[in-house]
Amino acid sequence: MLAPHLPMLQVVVPLLMAPFVVLLRPRGLAWAAATMASLMAFAIAIVLALSVVGDATLTYRVGGWMAPYGIELRVDAFGALLLLVITGASSMALLGGQRSLERALPPTREPYYFSAWLLALTGFVGIAVSADAFNIFVFMEVSSLASYVLIAGGPDRRALSAVFKYLIMGTVGATFYLVGIGLVYMMTGTLNLADMAGRIEAVADTRPMIVAAGFITVGLALKAAIFPLHIWLPNAYAYAPHVTTAFLAACATKVALYVLLRFDFLILQQHLSGHAFQFAGYLMPLAVLGILVGSGVAMFERDLKRLLAFSSVAQIGYMLLGASLVSVSGLHAAILHMFNHALAKGGLFLAVAAFAAVTSGWRLEQIGGIARTMPWTFAAFVVCGLSLIGVPGTAGFLSKWYLVTAALEHGALGIALVCVILLSSLMAVAYVWRMVESACFAPDFDAETDADSTPNRDFAAFSHLLPTILWIVALANLYFGLANALPLELAKSAARTLLGGLP
Amino acid sequence: MDILGLYHYWVFAVLLMTGFYAIVAKPNLIKKLIGLSLFQSAVFLCYITFGKLAGGTAPIVGKGAELFSSPLPQVLILTAIVVSISTTALGLALVLRIKEAYGSIEEDEIQEQDAP
Amino acid sequence: MSAEAAVLASLALPLLGAFLIALAGRISANIREAATMLTATGLALIVWSLVPLVMAGERPQVSVAEVLPGIELAFAVEPLGMLFAALASMLWIVNSLYSIGYMRGNDEANQTRFYVLFAVSLGTTIGVAFAANLFTLFLFYEALTLSTYPLVAHKGDQRSVASARVYLVVLLSTSIVLFLPAIIWTYMAAGSGEFTLGGVLAGKLEGAGVGLLLLLFVFGIGKAAVMPVHLWLPAAMVAPTPVSALLHAVAVVKAGVFAITKVVIYIFGVQHLLDAFVADLLVAAAAFTIIAASIVALRQENLKRLLAYSTVAQLSYVVMAIALLTPLAGIGAAAHIVAHAFGKITLFFAAGAIYTAARKTELHELRGIGRRMPVTMSAFTIGALSMIGIPPTGGFISKWYILAGAYQADNMLALLTIIASTLLNAAYLLPIIYMAWFAHDETFEARAHGEAPWPAVLALTLTAALTLGFFVFHSAVLALARQLLPGF
Repeated sequence: MLAPHLPMLQVVVPLLMAPFVVLLRPRGLAWAAATMASLMAFAIAIVLALSVVGDATLTYRVGGWMAPYGIELRVDAFGALLLLVITGASSMALLGGQRSLERALPPTREPYYFSAWLLALTGFVGIAVSADAFNIFVFMEVSSLASYVLIAGGPDRRALSAVFKYLIMGTVGATFYLVGIGLVYMMTGTLNLADMAGRIEAVADTRPMIVAAGFITVGLALKAAIFPLHIWLPNAYAYAPHVTTAFLAACATKVALYVLLRFDFLILQQHLSGHAFQFAGYLMPLAVLGILVGSGVAMFERDLKRLLAFSSVAQIGYMLLGASLVSVSGLHAAILHMFNHALAKGGLFLAVAAFAAVTSGWRLEQIGGIARTMPWTFAAFVVCGLSLIGVPGTAGFLSKWYLVTAALEHGALGIALVCVILLSSLMAVAYVWRMVESACFAPDFDAETDADSTPNRDFAAFSHLLPTILWIVALANLYFGLANALPLELAKSAARTLLGGLP
Repeated sequence: MDILGLYHYWVFAVLLMTGFYAIVAKPNLIKKLIGLSLFQSAVFLCYITFGKLAGGTAPIVGKGAELFSSPLPQVLILTAIVVSISTTALGLALVLRIKEAYGSIEEDEIQEQDAP
Repeated sequence: MSAEAAVLASLALPLLGAFLIALAGRISANIREAATMLTATGLALIVWSLVPLVMAGERPQVSVAEVLPGIELAFAVEPLGMLFAALASMLWIVNSLYSIGYMRGNDEANQTRFYVLFAVSLGTTIGVAFAANLFTLFLFYEALTLSTYPLVAHKGDQRSVASARVYLVVLLSTSIVLFLPAIIWTYMAAGSGEFTLGGVLAGKLEGAGVGLLLLLFVFGIGKAAVMPVHLWLPAAMVAPTPVSALLHAVAVVKAGVFAITKVVIYIFGVQHLLDAFVADLLVAAAAFTIIAASIVALRQENLKRLLAYSTVAQLSYVVMAIALLTPLAGIGAAAHIVAHAFGKITLFFAAGAIYTAARKTELHELRGIGRRMPVTMSAFTIGALSMIGIPPTGGFISKWYILAGAYQADNMLALLTIIASTLLNAAYLLPIIYMAWFAHDETFEARAHGEAPWPAVLALTLTAALTLGFFVFHSAVLALARQLLPGF
């Protein structure tokens, strides 16, 4: 009975829970309610994902109004995959993060934090299910505003200046996007994406359309932290509460990239002459630079969380690289990497949240000896790290494999790209191994003798839920490295849809 | 090309760039936010002018009204204004907390305090 | 137990054992080591139970999952893999015995971690041996690198961490930069990476591409230590001796030459390589490695480093033998994997026993040590003779076949290399033996020790016996190797 309404429920469940959570006062209750809502959303996402396997598309007309006049929700394979990532990341981070958040937030602020969390979740899933360019804008701003709160919620004051920068850049990006869809609306008279794609042909190659394409691409690139517009990302991720970072690192930039890909491929691609060439010509160098610079900075970064954040910049480059090949196999690799990277990076940041119970800071020497104090957590960290490198048997390997085979379809250019991918895999080995070596072999860090760290060797704050969740994520990295039918099928179908049946 | 006939684009462009300049060049966080508001307002104006038809009236069906301005941009912009207000409010709240934490709202001074 | 179940059990048992060892480590050292011995014995029993089946011509196959379209995580037991798995599982028992003596004798820290990771590495080794396609091979190859890394860094001091980094960087980067592209190329060219007798590339890839791909494989499989990707091997010498034995005899380097052998026979196909005239490249690279490594070994002062360079040279024997592409050389390659394993493990056990009993690591310190550690040094002598290839040791058998194969191929370069390297081997190994038995060193501290702890001595006696025994009882190995002949 509920089944036809699932796309709507996906948004409504967290949205309705958000104001309710604010009222929950006793400690833990707000967390429980938020987690419940998130898990429900996750369950809905799984059902949706299973029902769109095999190129099916679910549409939902809000209030029964026909598109393009009414508001339409649409879940296709790409959206379903993204919903899985978003709701999964949110659920895992909330489930594992209770104790970590208790330490990071004053009790009075907790309900607001969880409310913001649910709003962020609403925004993200809203983007994934929206079939309307303006609704996407609104949901994007809902998610962004809520994420600013999530990032600034922690005890680290550096998060404030980082989030201010994020707010400015994020708003500029969103406004660019707004200008872009305004121009498209002016030319086509519609905001419904499918309708837009149909009408755009008549006005293709007019100057406003080209300007619109530019505005939309740049605006979304800002949100997606595509190099060189990534500068808000490292600090925002590094100084946020760890659980926030685990959530946002897994899905925030991917959602913007999702919109970017949908816009560029579904609407602009087939109707703007030379778009494929321009898209590849502008974005591929940026992707390559992003991969190399991100990995390079990560290799020399001394702060663990910033290291992981810069690695994210590089990983976004991988996704963009796949997309900029403008082929089904390239997009397939890119979309699959969204899923796999979320697994790896989410797991790594969850492990960071677990380490926080015993470390006093995030410089690499400060995590010295963590492998001895927390061997199980550390082992899960290593598994996720291996997935980030792309060691065979982990999820990360598969997306790299697909990326390499997709690149090889492009002759000499492809071989150059493969060299970039392999080189950056080596760099990933280097930066992951720097963390492993400090954790395993560096002497135990003595917080008392260090001036700028606050000792908090506080085992009491360490719950068993977090390692369990962490291991679930780590095992998921292994599982999807060997049996990956679902994400693979979804990604393939998404890539086919995006390229509109191109070979 | 009718330069004056497209004057609303010029207003849009000048406002947009003024706002952008404030965002990029001003170290004061409040001024940055003002720039951001200006930046967004420029886009709102631009939207509104899309919907305007010369001689059109408000879209109310009645006697003597044959030519309507499109209502949809105004609806959209109403929503966008709400978004913009929330952003500004959140930005101001952040500035408050930055002031509490650092004792300053000048970007360079804040960076100095965080420098290792 | 059906053959398929046995294959899966042989993969799962070491991992299960690792878990049990980790649990037992919390209770007591004795139970932990009993668990290790039990796991090792169990694994050997399972693996050896497959031998008669494979000898009879059966090829048990198990497919676990389809990872990529057309690419499965699958296992298949063929003669070469059977040989490798049987060898590794047998030597694990001996090595565990030795480890108990060595680790206790030297009061090493983190012994539980050591035994756990040892079991994991053995599990991945079996995975390499039974891999049915290139992807599975690659997966376990990388897993083997990663699971042995902490063993190499076992001591945890700066020097061993730095050396372990070299170990990891060389092995991972060669595998990512060369091996992986080679695999992808193979899959794209042939549409399959399934190990098939006669190869999958024939008719799919011709001309210069064959040579390039072959080089990618040979240098990408860094574990085979063909120069210049041998650097990790001397670096890994900082590891405790049982680990060195694991690297040199049981698992790691053997996995390397095994992988190259499999690639040559089952991916390229011997006939295809013969037609493409590219194997000479490989012979030349191996010949260069043999001679260069032997000359470097001549100049070593540290016993373990000398043995490491000797390994580099001996591995290239296998590579060269397989590159000769003649049936007799193929048999020689298989036999040399076994013979070198027996001989080298004996030498390392002896070196470790000397270190445990006398804290001696340099060559000049070994004067007269044969009189105080007669059992150890007798074993060392047997191992050294096997390295040179003097009867009655196992090394003679394999060298004989390789030489015969070189005649068959009419390859002067290979012949000359083998003769020259035999002389070089003698030149760096015989002086040690002479010094140990006949030189006099009657200082007081030189006399203040006897043999190493008994498990270590027992282990090296066993391996020395195996080295001698292989001279006589090698028919089973040859019979397995002959099953490869239809590929030639």
